[in-house]
Amino acid sequence: VENVLKRHVNLVALVVVLMAQAIGLAYQIRVKRGPDDVRLIRVWTVGVIAPIEKAVVHTGDFFGDIWHNYFYLRSVRLQNERLSDENTRLRLEQVRLAEDASQAQRLKALLKFKEQYVSATLPAEVIGGSGSELSRVIYIDKGSREGLKPDMAVINATGVVGKVIRVFPTTAQVLEINDQTSGIGAILETSRLQGILKGAPTGESQLNYVMADETVKPGERVLTSGGDHIFPKGLAIGTVTSVKSGEGLFLNIRVRPAANLNRLEEVLVVTKIDERDVEAPAEGPKRAADILAERLPSVPAKPPEQPGAAAKPGTTETAKPPATTRRPVVAHEPATAATPKPASTTPGTAKPGTIGTTNVVPAGSRRAAGANEAATGTTKPKTITDTPGAATKPKLPAGTTITTPAPAAPPKGSAAPAGQKPPASDNKPPSETTPQ
Amino acid sequence: VSTQNIFYTSREQLEVYKFAPLVIFVVPLLAIGMQSFIFGRFGWLAIIDLPLIVTIFFSVARRSPVSGLATGCVIGLIQDALTDHPIGVYGICKSIIGFAASSIGAKIDVDNPGSRFLMTFVFYIVHQGLFLFIMRGMVRAEVMLSWQRLLVGAVLNGIIAVILFAVLDRFKQRT
Repeated sequence: VENVLKRHVNLVALVVVLMAQAIGLAYQIRVKRGPDDVRLIRVWTVGVIAPIEKAVVHTGDFFGDIWHNYFYLRSVRLQNERLSDENTRLRLEQVRLAEDASQAQRLKALLKFKEQYVSATLPAEVIGGSGSELSRVIYIDKGSREGLKPDMAVINATGVVGKVIRVFPTTAQVLEINDQTSGIGAILETSRLQGILKGAPTGESQLNYVMADETVKPGERVLTSGGDHIFPKGLAIGTVTSVKSGEGLFLNIRVRPAANLNRLEEVLVVTKIDERDVEAPAEGPKRAADILAERLPSVPAKPPEQPGAAAKPGTTETAKPPATTRRPVVAHEPATAATPKPASTTPGTAKPGTIGTTNVVPAGSRRAAGANEAATGTTKPKTITDTPGAATKPKLPAGTTITTPAPAAPPKGSAAPAGQKPPASDNKPPSETTPQ
Repeated sequence: VSTQNIFYTSREQLEVYKFAPLVIFVVPLLAIGMQSFIFGRFGWLAIIDLPLIVTIFFSVARRSPVSGLATGCVIGLIQDALTDHPIGVYGICKSIIGFAASSIGAKIDVDNPGSRFLMTFVFYIVHQGLFLFIMRGMVRAEVMLSWQRLLVGAVLNGIIAVILFAVLDRFKQRT
C-alpha cells in the first residue's frame, strides 16, 4: 500500500483535496442555517478584500470630485440652462400627473387596496463584486452598523438592482436581479401578466412562468409585483426585449434591466417599507362612490312623516326630478362612513373616465333633505351647471341640486357648455385637487 | 536507448521555476481583488477570469501537481467566499485545473504564446464545464451556460493569458 501511495502521491493528493472540499460542500448544502449566519471564511475574505476596495474607491472618488467640482466646469452653464428648461416642462407634467394620481388614489381607496411605500432608504456605494460572471453579486460600503439586514431591496434611480443577501459589519453582499439564482415577483405594466424574473446565462434577465397563449409585446415595461414581500409594488425592473415561444407551456421573455447593472456606482438600500391603506385626498373633487351614486338611478329617502300630511305611497316617486337632468345632491362623506348609500354604488360598477368631470359638493349637504324638499316642493331647487375643471365649489344650501349635462360630462379641460352659467366662486385652480 | 535518451533530455530541458513567497502570496490576492473590483464597477468585464489565469500560470511554471493543486484550491476557495455559492464550488474547479495544468506543464513546453493561448482556451472551457457540473449535480441549482459567451470568454481569457504570462515571467526564478 505504501508503494502505491508513494508512486501515485500526486493523484492521492488530488483525491484527498477534492474529497475534503466535496464533503465540505455537501455539509453546507445539507445543513440549513438562518439568514444571518455567515461563514467565517466569508467574513475573513471580505474583511481583507473590502477595506482595500473601499480605499481605492474612496480615493478615486476624492480626486474625481476635486476635478469635477473645481476644475472641469466647462459645460455646467449649458447644462444649467438645459436643466432649467427641463424643470419647467416637468412642473407642467407634474400637475397633470398629480391629477391622474388623485383619481387613482380615490379608486384604490374605494377598493380598499393596501399600498406599500418606500419610506426610508440608505445610499451606498458599490465597492466590488464576486468577480465571477456566474455569480452576479456586488458589495456595497454599508453594513449591519448602518442597520442593513438580509432581504432588503436595493434600487437606484432607474430601477431595481437586487436584494441584500449577506450583511457584514461595514459591508453587505447584494444579489443582482440578473443572477441565475435570484427570483423577483414581476408584473407586465400593460397586460398585467405576472411572472418571476430570473437571470439568464447571458447576463440578461428573463421573465418566467407567463403562459404561452398570452400576448406580450417587446417594449412593454416590467414592474415589481410586490408578491415577493421584498420589493414594493410598482418599481421599474426593465423592458421586454424579445418574446419567443419557449419550451413547454411558457413564453421565453427576455428583459433588459432598467438599472444598468454593468456599471453600478451608487445604489439605495430600502431600509423601511410602510404598508398602509390608501386614502383618498381629503380635499378631492369628489369620491367615486358619490359619483356613482349621482350617475345611477337611486331611490330617494323616505320623507319624515309630518302631522296632518297625507303621506300616500308613491308620492315621493312622483315628485322625483328626472334622472337625466336633475339629481339630488349627494352628500360628501368619507368612504368608511356608515351612512346608507344606494345599493347600486358598488365599486365594481365604476366606469373609468367619468370621474374628473363632476362637481364637488362639500360635506354638510344633505341628500335626503334636498331630495325631500325637492320632492315635496317646499324649496325651489337652485341649479348649478356641471362645469368641467371645477375643483371646489362653494358650500351649497340644503336642497341645492346639481344639473349635469346629459348623457355624460364633457372631456376634461373643455369649456362649459354654452348657455350654462358657471358658479360665481368656481375660479380656483385645478391644482387644488392634488393629493397631499 | 537513443530514443530514451532523447526523451530524458527533453524532459530535463523543461525548466522548473520557483517564485518569491511574496509573489506567490500577493499575485493571486491581487488577481482576486482586481477581479472583484472590476466586476463591481464594470460588470461586463467579469467574463475575464484573472484568478483562473493566475492558477494556470503558477501551476504550469512550477510543474508540480501537488503545488498546482494547492494553488488552485486556495485561490478557488477565496473566490468562493466572494460569491453567493456554497464554499467549495470554485475550490473544486480550480483544484482540478491546477492539477491538470501542472501535469501538462511537466510534459510539454508551455512557454510558447500559441500553446499558452490554447491551454488557457481549453482550461477555461473545462473550468466552466466543471462549474456547471458541480452546480447542477451537487448544489442542485438551476444554472445554465451560454455557448456564445463560453467561446467568447475562452478566446478573451486566452489573449489575456498570453499578455499576463509574459508579465509574470519576470518574477520567475530558476531552481
